[in-house]
Amino acid sequence: MTGQMTEQAAGPPPVNGAAEEDRFTIAGRTFGSRLIMGTGGAPSLEVLDRALAASGTELTTVAMRRVDPSAPGSVLDVLRRRGIAVLPNTAGCYTAGDAVLTARLAREALGTNWVKVEVINDERTLLPDPIETFDAAERLIADGFVVLPYIGDDPALARRLEQAGCAAVMPLGSPIGSGLGIRNPHSIELIVEAVSVPVILDAGIGTASDAALAMELGCEAVMLATAVTRAQRPERMAAAMRSAVEAGRLARLAGRIPRRRYAEASSPLTP
Amino acid sequence: MKVTINGSPYDLPEGATVAHAVTALTTATSGVAVALNEEVITRGAWESTALSERDRVEVLTAVQGG
Repeated sequence: MTGQMTEQAAGPPPVNGAAEEDRFTIAGRTFGSRLIMGTGGAPSLEVLDRALAASGTELTTVAMRRVDPSAPGSVLDVLRRRGIAVLPNTAGCYTAGDAVLTARLAREALGTNWVKVEVINDERTLLPDPIETFDAAERLIADGFVVLPYIGDDPALARRLEQAGCAAVMPLGSPIGSGLGIRNPHSIELIVEAVSVPVILDAGIGTASDAALAMELGCEAVMLATAVTRAQRPERMAAAMRSAVEAGRLARLAGRIPRRRYAEASSPLTP
Repeated sequence: MKVTINGSPYDLPEGATVAHAVTALTTATSGVAVALNEEVITRGAWESTALSERDRVEVLTAVQGG
């Protein structure tokens, strides 16, 4: 009896227990869900609300825009009701100066010093501008912000941003809203190796297998919006993403088998 | 006094403040932030910050995005 108990304590924890314990931390704040949802692209706040609930997300991005007196309802009310933390982004900014001002306005409006820095270079690809992004990150860190920058899949830039004091890095899988998945898994793996802050795969996720792959590659979390909000059935896709992120994380922790050129029999070959 | 609020021209009485500019657009006071000529004006300073001719006021809030 005693021996059995000792053996249990020494052995690996049960899978469900492991999932419960497996939380991740950004800048000292801990999250149970490794799926960060965006709120853009949903056909209505009702659809968004149900999708957010199905996703299990605990952290969700919003954008800052001019007040529209005719706007029906507020995304903030939805997030407040669900108890989901808000992560403002600087979407739509083309320069570091714009991003810094947007982050300061978000801090004032939302009472958070967290910001996803997003500085794009052109309208067609929406690819992040590394120079402006780095500049904005440095200035915002100096101003007391917790900075999560959206970047290309560049390990060198990721390392430089970590050294500058960013709380996480958010490399893209492919362009925003493209649904092309992770075009360069090798670079994502290199980023995971290069930095010790959390790597959050951001942008390009099209379907559940993309999210699972991000986690298998070693990302700490996945951020997505369009894949859910513009899916034919957003609530169902949100549930799929939740499962995919959990499955990918478990597979990463489990340690996959090496790839081989030839077969390795799993049954005895002799009769 | 002619000022620009969120890109549109407004004619406000002399002595108008940032608070007046905000109420021209919305009754909400939480979840809203103001920049006056690219500088953030904190909520506590809206009433005491007077506007001047040709000032540019931006009144922002959080919307779906990202």
